[in-house]
Amino acid sequence: MSRFLLQRLLESLLVLALMSFLVYLLIGLMPGDPIDIMISGDPNMSAADAERLRAVYGLDQPLLARYWAWLTSVLSGDLGYSRLFNRPVETILLPRLGNTLLLMGAALLLALIVALPLGVAAARRPGSLMDVGVNLGAFAGASLPPFWLAILLILLFAVYLGWLPAGGMGDGSLAERLRHMILPVVALSVASVAGLLRHIRAALREALRQDYVRTARAKGLSDRQVVYRHALRNAMIPVVTILALDLGMLFSGALITETVFGWLGMGKTIYDAIMGNDYNLALIGLLLATGTVLLANLLADLVYAWLDPRIEYR
Amino acid sequence: MSDSHGLAAERRAALAPSASPRRLAWRRFLRHPAALPSLALLLLLTLGALAAPLVEQMLGVDATRADLLGRYEVPSAGHPLGKDELGRDLLVRLLYGGRISLAVGLAAALAAMVIGSLLGLLAGYFGGRLDALLMRLADTVIALPLLPLLIVLAAVDLTKLGLPESAARSEMASFWQIVILISLFGWTTVARLVRGAVMSLKRREFVRAAEALGAGPWRIMLRHLLPNAVSPILVATTLSIGNVILLESVLSFLGLGIQPPLPSWGNMLSGAQETLWAAPRLAVLPGLLIFVTVIAFNFLGDSLQDALDPRASLTQR
Repeated sequence: MSRFLLQRLLESLLVLALMSFLVYLLIGLMPGDPIDIMISGDPNMSAADAERLRAVYGLDQPLLARYWAWLTSVLSGDLGYSRLFNRPVETILLPRLGNTLLLMGAALLLALIVALPLGVAAARRPGSLMDVGVNLGAFAGASLPPFWLAILLILLFAVYLGWLPAGGMGDGSLAERLRHMILPVVALSVASVAGLLRHIRAALREALRQDYVRTARAKGLSDRQVVYRHALRNAMIPVVTILALDLGMLFSGALITETVFGWLGMGKTIYDAIMGNDYNLALIGLLLATGTVLLANLLADLVYAWLDPRIEYR
Repeated sequence: MSDSHGLAAERRAALAPSASPRRLAWRRFLRHPAALPSLALLLLLTLGALAAPLVEQMLGVDATRADLLGRYEVPSAGHPLGKDELGRDLLVRLLYGGRISLAVGLAAALAAMVIGSLLGLLAGYFGGRLDALLMRLADTVIALPLLPLLIVLAAVDLTKLGLPESAARSEMASFWQIVILISLFGWTTVARLVRGAVMSLKRREFVRAAEALGAGPWRIMLRHLLPNAVSPILVATTLSIGNVILLESVLSFLGLGIQPPLPSWGNMLSGAQETLWAAPRLAVLPGLLIFVTVIAFNFLGDSLQDALDPRASLTQR
């Protein structure tokens, strides 16, 4: 078990290291050049000044040398400065990671609350109106462009009804924060609801066909007990892993939702940083997001083993 | 299925004790309630997209010409859906946008299918280290947060990759960039399915026989194994078209996909938040088209699964 954990941890670190190099390389290929951007703010600079600046920042070095210099400084704790915010990168990213986790957590919770009873109801009566409706809803939810859903929600609840704010995060009071959270959380959760519905429905149907369910029925348990105590608990094992494996997708959804609603989270920050040529912020943001998702995947493997003792790790 | 057989064949098939596998599959396909409507809708959308220049001529409008005095013009006989934020005819632009969105969906899904089939064949047939490496790669690609990565990749300046200025700035550059990017990440599902099929097939007698007759690994993979994995490939590819269209629309919405003035349903929505108050239909219609297209492809994939892989859908349903 611990050997497996160690191996997976090393693999995740390797992926993260590869990603850091790849993203470093890609950021260098984005339009704009940091020195050009500096010069554009100061008309007195000459071409010779630009060359000198390049040397000062080490931009005249080959790619590998630059990457190595960047990596060693990051590993020693210096994550660099954000060009857009004029602040150290970590002071921007950490609070925003919190905002994103809040958004994702709330969306996931809402998705579970909606999908669990619906999925169970659909699986208990295959072919019923409920089942057909749930299946149709799952298809529709998976086919909705997430940003369009967000726009429709704004159109309905902010423009027409005027009940909820169209974006932003409020003035800091808890009530305002919650009011600003409603639409983004709903928009983000729809795709997860659709995915969960399909998986819960399929897994529970499969479980209800098993012999132990027939045994449970035969010994006279109520339908409720059979479904919730026996079948659902087993059916949830694959669902939990799928939930964790979909975290990368959930993060992608969060990026869209945050951008549309102006929610100051990691996704929006990464997007703004890339669009605004803020290389340091984009790099660290991307790596932080990737690292979080990889860690979640690792946790999913552990939870899987904990839920299903039959699973053995080599 | 083909018309040349005509009614007589139809009658014979109905009377015959056994029908051809193809006909059986077609019947199973039709049994899915959403199969025909989806197919019809997609055909209609494709026809509409193909007919975009005709509609443009018939209405006597120019979809590329801005008319700043006619911004947000409401629908009228000459402009059935009104005009957009630059005073361009919305209907014609939606049709042209459909061309791009559908083309990206088909091209990227097909490219991903080719990559996935090839890697799946290699992993399944040769196994061992290669298999472990490829499947680990697939796991990693699936686990990564896809959208931020795609954004970085889509933001790459093509001239810095050594592409000539004329090619990098051409109208279709963003189209091909998106197709390549999405297919680079979209191969995993097909690869897994093909690998699974190959692993279960490669010990069968017919493969053994081909080996004994001296067929090389490529001949076995392409002539004997791949044709037996066509069903799952077809189903997965159809299902992926919808996802590709969604991804393209997201990237274009964020300003990193298809670059205007080339219209796609996604980039037509990128200004929608600002025009929401002035003209909600500009925000509703392109998204609605994306939605119905994607759901139609998803239903089509589902019906194909029922038709081609009855056992899989029996255990699922």
